[in-house]
Amino acid sequence: MTLPNGWEMVVGLEVHTELKTASKMFCGCANEFGSEPNTNICPVCLGLPGSLPVLNQRAVSFAMAIGAALHSTIAPSTFHRKNYFYPDMPKDFQISQYDLPINSGGYLDLPDASRISIERAHLEEDTGKSTHLGGSGRIHGADRSLVDYNRSGVPLVEIVSGPDIRSSAQARAYASELRGILIATGASDGRMEEGSMRIDANVSVRKANAPFGTRCEIKNLNSLRSLQRAIDYEALRQVEVLEAGGTIRQETRHWDENLGETSTMRTKEEAEDYRYFREPDLVDLAPDQAWQDRVRNALPPMPAQRRQELTALLSSPSEAQVDAVQVVVDLGLDSYVFAGVAQGVDASLALARCSNELAADIGGLANLTTDAFSATLLMEQRGELSATQAKTVLAELLARGGEPASIAGALGFEQLSSDSLGATVAQLIEEHPDEWARYREGDEKLAQFFIGQVMKLTKGQANGKAVIGELQIRR
Amino acid sequence: MRTAQEIARSVQSGTTSAISELTTALRAIRERNDDLNIFLHVDEEGAIEAATRLDERVGRGENVGPLAGVPIALKDNMCQTGIPTTCSSRILQGWRPPYNATVVDRVLAAGAVPVGKTNLDEFAMGSSTENSAYGPTKNPLDPSRVPGGSSGGSAAAVAANMTPISLGSDTGGSIRQPAALCGLIGMKPTYGLVSRYGLIAFASSLDQIGPFARNVTDAAMLLEVIAGHDPMDSTSLPEPSPSLVAHVNDGVAGKRVALVRELLEGSDDDVVVSVNLAVEVLRDAGATIVELSIPELKLGLSAYYLIAPAEASSNLARYDGVRYGLRVDADDVAAMNEATRTAGFGAEVKRRILMGTYALSAGYYDAYYGQALKVRTQMIAAFHRAYQQADLLIGATTPSVAFKFGTKTKDPMAMYLNDVFTIPTNLAGEAAVSVPFGTGEAGLPVGVQLLGPGRSEAQLFAAARVLEIAEERS
Repeated sequence: MTLPNGWEMVVGLEVHTELKTASKMFCGCANEFGSEPNTNICPVCLGLPGSLPVLNQRAVSFAMAIGAALHSTIAPSTFHRKNYFYPDMPKDFQISQYDLPINSGGYLDLPDASRISIERAHLEEDTGKSTHLGGSGRIHGADRSLVDYNRSGVPLVEIVSGPDIRSSAQARAYASELRGILIATGASDGRMEEGSMRIDANVSVRKANAPFGTRCEIKNLNSLRSLQRAIDYEALRQVEVLEAGGTIRQETRHWDENLGETSTMRTKEEAEDYRYFREPDLVDLAPDQAWQDRVRNALPPMPAQRRQELTALLSSPSEAQVDAVQVVVDLGLDSYVFAGVAQGVDASLALARCSNELAADIGGLANLTTDAFSATLLMEQRGELSATQAKTVLAELLARGGEPASIAGALGFEQLSSDSLGATVAQLIEEHPDEWARYREGDEKLAQFFIGQVMKLTKGQANGKAVIGELQIRR
Repeated sequence: MRTAQEIARSVQSGTTSAISELTTALRAIRERNDDLNIFLHVDEEGAIEAATRLDERVGRGENVGPLAGVPIALKDNMCQTGIPTTCSSRILQGWRPPYNATVVDRVLAAGAVPVGKTNLDEFAMGSSTENSAYGPTKNPLDPSRVPGGSSGGSAAAVAANMTPISLGSDTGGSIRQPAALCGLIGMKPTYGLVSRYGLIAFASSLDQIGPFARNVTDAAMLLEVIAGHDPMDSTSLPEPSPSLVAHVNDGVAGKRVALVRELLEGSDDDVVVSVNLAVEVLRDAGATIVELSIPELKLGLSAYYLIAPAEASSNLARYDGVRYGLRVDADDVAAMNEATRTAGFGAEVKRRILMGTYALSAGYYDAYYGQALKVRTQMIAAFHRAYQQADLLIGATTPSVAFKFGTKTKDPMAMYLNDVFTIPTNLAGEAAVSVPFGTGEAGLPVGVQLLGPGRSEAQLFAAARVLEIAEERS
C-alpha cells in the first residue's frame, strides 16, 4: 500500500522473542510451551517473598548469538527493574536491561538489499499469561481473570530497530528476515502463533523528507499478516487525522484483528513511570572475550548467506526459483537441497521438490532423511520413476519414513528401462543447451522441438504429454 | 543459662539431650512470652520432632553438627517451610512459605533446633519493634523500654534467656542496635557473606543476616554455620565460610584501632565514657590507638533514607493481593491492589514506600536516588581511606541506651537518628559488631561498635572478645 498525497510512513519495530533455553531466565523451572497451567513454577518465578534471581548462562549465550548475527556490539551490561503493577507479573516489576544493554547497534540487510539499523537487543524476563473471562476478553470489564505463571520468567530478547522502515511490506520483510535469523541462531523457534515472537510497531507519518511526525505504538502483533495490516491501518488513520487538520497524540494503541482497527490503549499522559533502577539482586553482566568468541564461532550461516549459496547452485535462476529459494531457506530445507546436489541430483529438481512437496508437509520432515530424499530424486532423474511417482514416494516417506526403492516396489511402480523417458530428455537437454535456455525463458514452441527429438530417439514410442511433463520438472 | 557451645558439646556427648534443652527453652518462652511479646509463632511440634530426631542420631553415634541441639530463634522475615512468616505485617497474614531460607537450611544442617519466629518492626523498618502489626516487643532488661529494632524480637529472645542464639537481619543497624539495647553481641557481616535467599527483602543492596548471642564465641559459631557461598544468591561472595571460632582469642596486639569522632558525636555522656573505656582496654591489650574524623559518615543517614526506601518501594510491590497473604476485594484489580495495600501495610511502611517511589520518579531520580548513590560511592571511598590508617574503627552503636516506649514514635526523624552510627557500614557493604560494654542510664547496657573492612569478621570478633574479657573481670 502507498499512502496518498505524498505521505510517507516511518516505522520502527520492537520484536520480543522467547529464548529456547531448557530452563527459565532466573530459576530452574522448565521453559516449555503448552504445559498444564501453573505447573512450571517455583518460589523464584512466582516472585515469592525472599526469593532471588540467578541468571541463566544459556540465555546470555543466546542473546549474544542474536547480537553477533545482527552485527551488534556486545558490551558489559546491567539489569534494571521496570516497576509497574500487573497481575501476571508476580514481583510487580520486570527484570530488564535499560541504559546498558548486552547488544547495542547493528543492522539487518533485507533480501531486497535495503538495510535496517538495529538500536539494541537486550535481555529481559517474560510475564505470566492472563486470560480474561467475560466482557471483551480484555482486563477492563472482565468478570474474572485467570493467570498462568508458566511463562513467568521465560527469557526474552527484545530487538529494537531504528525508524528506518518505510512501508508495511518492508516491515513484514524485516520481521520475516529477523525471524529466520533467530531460528538460524538456535535462540528461538520463531513461532508467532505460540507467542514466542511478538511485535510492537511504532508508526508515524510525514511528508517526504519532513521531520519525523508524532508516533503511536501498536502493541502485541502476533502474526506477519497482523503486522502488515495494523501498520497500513494506522498510517492511513494518521494521514486522515492530519489531512482533516487534526494532530496525532503520542499514545499506545491496541490492534483488533477482527475489526481490522487500532484503538487507544493509553495516552502519553497516562503512560507509566517505570522508575527504572539497577536490580540489586543481580551482579553486572560482563561476558569475557573467550565466551563471546565461543558464541561467535558457533554461529551457523545466516539466511542471507544460505540463500546466496543455494542460488549459486542454479545457472540462471528464474523469478519463481528465487521465491523457491526464499521458501526453502525460511523453512530450513536447504540441507536437503545441498545433500541432493552432493549425490548428483539436479539443483533445480531438488529445489522444486523442497519448495513444494517438502514445504507442504513440514511436520513430516522428522521421517525424511536427506539420503532418502536424494535417492528418490536420483531414481526420478534416471527415469526409474516418473515425476508423479516420485512425488508419491516422497509423500510416503514424509508420512511414515522408510527406504525409497522398497516403497516404490511396494506401490507397484514399474521399473522403467535405462533408456527411459526421463534419461532421454535429460540427455537431449545437455545436447541442446541453446534450445533449452530459450524454452526456460518462456518460449513454449521449443517444447515441440524436444518432443520431436524424443520421438526420433524412441522411434515414436514416447508420449508427448509425458515429454512436456519431464521438461517442466527440469525447467 | 549455658552457652550455645556448652549445649552443643553436652548434647553431642550425650550428657544432656536436645529434647531437654528444647524443653528448657520452651518453658522460658511459655513463662514470659505473653508479657514480652517476643515470639509471633512458636513451632513446638516441629521443634520437638527435630530435637527427637537429633537425639536418635546422637544415640547412633552420629556427629550432628556444631550447633547440636541448640535452640535458636529466627526473625520473622526468614522463610521456613510451612511456618507462618509475617514480617510483622498484616499483609502477609496466613502465608506459609513453601521453602526454607538458605540460613534455615544451614542451621538445621548444623543441628540447631528452630523454636519459632520473632517479632520485628514491620518489614524490618524501624528501630524499636514498635512498628509491628502484632504489638511491640518489650525489652527483657526493662519492660518499660524498647528492645531496639528492627530485630527486637530476636534480641529479646536471647536477652530473656529463651534461646542462647538467634538470627536477625541488619539493613541499617537492625542487628547491632537491638544488640546494644539488650546487652548482646550482634554482628552485621560483610555484604554477601551470608546468603539472602529466603530473607524477605527490605532493601536488597543493604540487607544482611547476622547472629545474636550472649557471648562472642557463640556469635562466631553461628556466623560460621550460616556464612559461605550460596549459588541461590547472585550477590553471595564466592568464598566458603571463614574460620572464626578458631580466631576469637587472637587479641588485638599490633592492630591499629581508630576512634572515629563522627561515631560518637551527639551521644549521651555514659555512652561516651563507655567507648573511651573500651579504647583504653584495647590499648592495654596491645592495640595502637589513633583518632580519626570521617566527615562523609554524616551523609549516611540522608543517603540511606533515599536508597533503602527506593529499593523497598520495588521489593514490596509484590504484596498486591493477587497471589498470597491479605486480599481486600474491590471492583477491579487496581482497586483491589489499592484496598489490600491500604489495609495491609502500617504507617511506617507506607511512609517509606512513598518516599522511595518519589525518589525514583522521573524528574526526581537524579536529585534524590542518583545523588544518594553518589554519596554511597563517597562513603565507600572514605572507609577505604580510613582502613589505610587503621585495621578497625571504634565508636558507639547507638547514641543512648534503651529508650522508653512511645518516646520516638511521634517523630520519625528522632527514630531514624538512632541508626546514625550503624548505617554507614551497610552503605559500604562492610562488617561491624556491637559489644556490650559498660552501662548507662538506669544501669542499662551500652553498645560499643567495632567496624572493619569487608571480610574482617575474624578480627572484629577477636577485638570484641578482648572487650568481653575485660567486662567479665570488671
